[in-house]
Amino acid sequence: MIPAPFAYHRPKSLAEATALLGQHADTARVLAGGQSLIPMMKLRLAAPDHLVDIGAIAELKGIARKGDSISIGAMTTQHELVASPLVAETVPIIRETSLLVADPQVRYLGTVGGNVANGDPGNDMPAVMMCLDASYRLLGRGGERRVKAREFYRGAYATALADGEIVTAIEVPIPRAGHGYAYEKLKRKIGDYATAAAAVVLVADAGKISQCAITLSNLGDTPLNAEAAAAAVVGSSLDAAALAAAAKAARTIMAPAADTRGSVEYRTYVGGVMVERALKRALARSKT
Amino acid sequence: MAKTQVRMSVNGREVEALVEPRTLLIHFLREQLSLTGAHIGCDTTHCGACTVDLDGKSVKSCTLFAIQADGASITTIEGMANADGSLSALQEGFRMEHGLQCGFCTPGMIMRAHRLLKENANPSEEEIRFGISGNLCRCTGYQNIVKAIQYAAAKLSGAPAKEAAE
Amino acid sequence: MNTAVLTRAEREARLEGMGCKRKRVEDIRFTQGRGNYVDDLKLPGMLFGDFVRSQYAHARIKRIDTSKAVKVPGVLAVLTAEELKGVNLAWMPTLAGDVQMVLADGKVLFQNQEIAFVVAEDRYAAADGVEAVEVEYEELPVIVDPFKSMAPDAPVLREDLAGKTSGAHGARRHHNHIFEWTAGDKAATDAAFASAEVTIKELISYHRTHPSPLETCQCVAAFDKIKGELTVYGTFQAPHVIRTVASLLSKIPEHKIHIIAPDIGGGFGNKVGAYSGYICAIVASIVTGKPVKWVEDRIENLTTTSFARDYHMTTEIAARKDGTVTGLRVHVLADHGGFDACADPSKFPAGFFAIVTGSYDFPVAHVAVDGVYTNKAPGGVAYRCSLRVTEAAYAIERGMDILAQKLGIDPAQLRLKNFIKREQFPYQSALGWEYDSGDYHTAMNKALDAVGYPALRAEQAAKREAFKRGETREVMGIGLCFFTEIVGAGPSKNCDVLGLAMFDSCEIRVHPTGSATARMGSKSQGQGHETTYAQIVASEIGIPADDIVVEEGNTDTAPYGIGTFGSRSTPVAGAAIAMASRKIRNKAQMIAAYLLEVHESDLEWDVDGFRVKGLPEKFKGMKEIVWAAYHSPPPGMEPGLEAVSYYDPPNMTYPFGAYICVMDIDVDTGVYKVRRFYALDDCGTRINPMIIEGQVHGGLTEAFAIAMGQEIRYDEIGNVVGGSFMDFFLPTAVETPKWETDYTVTPSPHHPIGAKGVGESPNVGGVPAFSNAVNDAFSFLGTTHIQMPHDHWRNWAVAQRLGLHR
Repeated sequence: MIPAPFAYHRPKSLAEATALLGQHADTARVLAGGQSLIPMMKLRLAAPDHLVDIGAIAELKGIARKGDSISIGAMTTQHELVASPLVAETVPIIRETSLLVADPQVRYLGTVGGNVANGDPGNDMPAVMMCLDASYRLLGRGGERRVKAREFYRGAYATALADGEIVTAIEVPIPRAGHGYAYEKLKRKIGDYATAAAAVVLVADAGKISQCAITLSNLGDTPLNAEAAAAAVVGSSLDAAALAAAAKAARTIMAPAADTRGSVEYRTYVGGVMVERALKRALARSKT
Repeated sequence: MAKTQVRMSVNGREVEALVEPRTLLIHFLREQLSLTGAHIGCDTTHCGACTVDLDGKSVKSCTLFAIQADGASITTIEGMANADGSLSALQEGFRMEHGLQCGFCTPGMIMRAHRLLKENANPSEEEIRFGISGNLCRCTGYQNIVKAIQYAAAKLSGAPAKEAAE
Repeated sequence: MNTAVLTRAEREARLEGMGCKRKRVEDIRFTQGRGNYVDDLKLPGMLFGDFVRSQYAHARIKRIDTSKAVKVPGVLAVLTAEELKGVNLAWMPTLAGDVQMVLADGKVLFQNQEIAFVVAEDRYAAADGVEAVEVEYEELPVIVDPFKSMAPDAPVLREDLAGKTSGAHGARRHHNHIFEWTAGDKAATDAAFASAEVTIKELISYHRTHPSPLETCQCVAAFDKIKGELTVYGTFQAPHVIRTVASLLSKIPEHKIHIIAPDIGGGFGNKVGAYSGYICAIVASIVTGKPVKWVEDRIENLTTTSFARDYHMTTEIAARKDGTVTGLRVHVLADHGGFDACADPSKFPAGFFAIVTGSYDFPVAHVAVDGVYTNKAPGGVAYRCSLRVTEAAYAIERGMDILAQKLGIDPAQLRLKNFIKREQFPYQSALGWEYDSGDYHTAMNKALDAVGYPALRAEQAAKREAFKRGETREVMGIGLCFFTEIVGAGPSKNCDVLGLAMFDSCEIRVHPTGSATARMGSKSQGQGHETTYAQIVASEIGIPADDIVVEEGNTDTAPYGIGTFGSRSTPVAGAAIAMASRKIRNKAQMIAAYLLEVHESDLEWDVDGFRVKGLPEKFKGMKEIVWAAYHSPPPGMEPGLEAVSYYDPPNMTYPFGAYICVMDIDVDTGVYKVRRFYALDDCGTRINPMIIEGQVHGGLTEAFAIAMGQEIRYDEIGNVVGGSFMDFFLPTAVETPKWETDYTVTPSPHHPIGAKGVGESPNVGGVPAFSNAVNDAFSFLGTTHIQMPHDHWRNWAVAQRLGLHR
């Protein structure tokens, strides 16, 4: 219940932050909202010698439209995502997902950057960002670069982040107006990680799906991009056969852990059910 | 680890103290400021008994370092009663509607309800339940907590409060 | 205020006595964050203690190296079993007649068992000290399956009991066997089964769970070297028992031990017994000469303090084809973990399990309980369950549904057919209890009417057809439970805790200016005694409840009591309150007679004073009578106005209830929705309906959690699974159903105010209602008994086994 001791740093600029992270290398951890890191530190599962609190860096806040994309600062909290009219209007799946993350208090502090960057297979935003084909802007001592969400996740707690790099912003291409979307999350109770969850973003013309992306949360070591499942519904009006094909294809890439939420068999089965339900809801929502 | 100075406003009073970086806000409040209203009920940020109001946000003070609250303005349960000492609408509502039994979750629950009613002055039952879903109670089964919050919402908006029927 | 001008109703209302929804006194401080819980205490020089705990479930301790720990800044000392042996405290007696290691003595028997106690200047240094202790283990083979614990080649767990072929409860037939306890007539029961037209037999398991109050167990121990006195503040549901135990263990005489239980943040049975933390804090205080605080964290609480349940009940019912039950036979395998630390009356190692005949008129019955040791946390306590009553109720209520299914009889009809009838009370059960009062048919019919039972069954029938046609993927279940529970332990003739009879007590002192102080031997952990006890006194002696302060928990001032657990407060302490109040009222009557210059028998009690029969204007109110007791008592009478009562209950009390749960389950995900939950409780006389309703809401929520997923599990090598709030299912306000409460009133004939107690009824009755609903939902597809807990995964697994998934 008590963390190990550490030295605390609160840089006022990105330059200062990257310098600190470079200097202290793997003895340092970034403190964003702290709602994932601090619980781990209290159980002493994480015991960094240095904490670099990036909460004072103004450039990391803010949600803005930038041409065809929305740019979301990494220190944007889940609460701010829920409250943002811009997000609600352009990428509503993010708002729907935020409301399914943790609980009201944790949402006030927990950040979208923290949720996407630490590689915890249980987090919800990674799959949603992959579904939206978002990109992460990364900053390290070597400068800035962009990595697509779909290429960011390597394994459990293993991402494309190089030593000393942080996510500074998420750039989300704005889906077509009237697109269909849904984040379908099966969980035991509020605050729990997903037993199984599926994100769907689609475009339909007169009820026929022309574009579709399906991704999965907590059904493997990393969030999963169910490309074959998505392909199985493109061109269809989501009849029973297309739904079943999508669920079946999605199941073949799932490799959930057996834990207190359920067996591998159960989580795989309901993972497919989440895909079907997310697809149906997304299509019902689409307005084109 | 060397201690650092932190400054914050707690229940309208400026405080200054030395803390280790790892000192959790809940321990700072309870042990250094002797504000023992907020409680510790778990180790994994689930129960919400430690909830306080910080810069207009409901936060679980067990999952924040005191040093992160430097410069913040915090309200705890000890700051909730009215200036004349009478119970606030929420505190009164919890009493009138039997929204507590052992009292351990109550400070956190009231602090969360306080912010909830500022987010949404007239929440439906469903919105209340969702709004307090970060606070666990083992005694009441939540039903009378919902009524307590509804009582307070009505009172704060000027509607005549309905007492628990005799 | 001149009481003469108030109407009788106004005078009664002013008292806020029994029956009214008096608002709680406790809330004034709790809503302002001014509760006084153990961890709020700060004593000068206070130190903090924390445990080093075992990684393994079963291992020898080869070496404990504390050398680095004592060098951690702020750490003062590290206690191990070696230090405790010096004061003969390495082991402590349990309330179940066993002994338990305070700190690991050569080996550990469950994961997270206490190995060493680090004492430091503050909790941060103590935590650092704990990290710095090094322990070397030699792993031993583990037993987690109670069914394997008595195999011939099962590993020996309790080496300290080597060669002991009998324990506190009789013969032991295996090195991992604790006791066998039986009740009933075996020959007659076996005969009934041999000749039965129909029988059912099912292994019904009540899984291991934990009371998990929101405040964990904690204490501050302060030994005063100069006075030779020990003060311990702690989370104690039974402060006096703790004092007596502390005296026996420490050899400090009882009059020099002060136990104070301040505000307690929930108990539910978790805080009855003594834990290593209390003992180690006391020893550390003696050794250091400073107060020592111990506060366990949540994981420690869930994985090492006393668990609940873990009863595996092979349940058999014999019946006639028309559904009349003719016999009940139950064998229980009771998993007690590494030590038997049950908090039961000493003659009842299986608590009051013999209530398993429930609400039904079984002519014969027999139960046998075998307790065994395994490599799990020790226990088990009564988690809001009055000593194994939850287990018994689950067995019989599942059993009756299984019987109903086999016979093709509606489960409500089967119950109505077999209920003990009103005219049979007081009823002698086949397992030796005398049920005090009951009117089961009225309660059951009221419940069935309230929910529209026939329409629900019709809806279910239609939904089942729709399911078979593939039109819906939801199955609907109606879960009934009609429980009779046994609470209020108990009569001295058969109930004792460590030899202490299970009476309880009340002492009332009325002050000259008309207010009163009342103290009891019980201890509230949220039940509202400060509010409800004053209501009893108010009604009995005519002083407003607001003028009566109720105090519990300080052994220096409160009369001796056995504490609050097993719903015993209202039945036992409540009775003592009534009896003490009546002694005061009797003396008041004599004073009133003297003041009014009449004979006592010419007076009648009238709300808040005495009136001369036939002369209504001749009245003396209590305020005047009280003053007279101090100012001008009648000649020959002692001044003052106080009384004490120690109440030895003649019997337990038997609250009962009818609960109905309507549930829909999605077979593709296992997700359930509780559509409706109706709970009718009969707790006899109702002291405060608002508080009763709150108790029912809370107990039903605990029952909901237990039935639908709350469990403590172990993997095959004894690692605890689900030992934190990450996985231990505590529903939020979103998952928790809405509760409908109702009642009937059948007073207890032997209780001074006819009250029976209600705190645990909802947990006793709730779990079977939820579990029966799940079972009822699937039964039309061929299931007989689906084990709890009924979480999403396991509901889905049932559907999977039934071949319901494409």
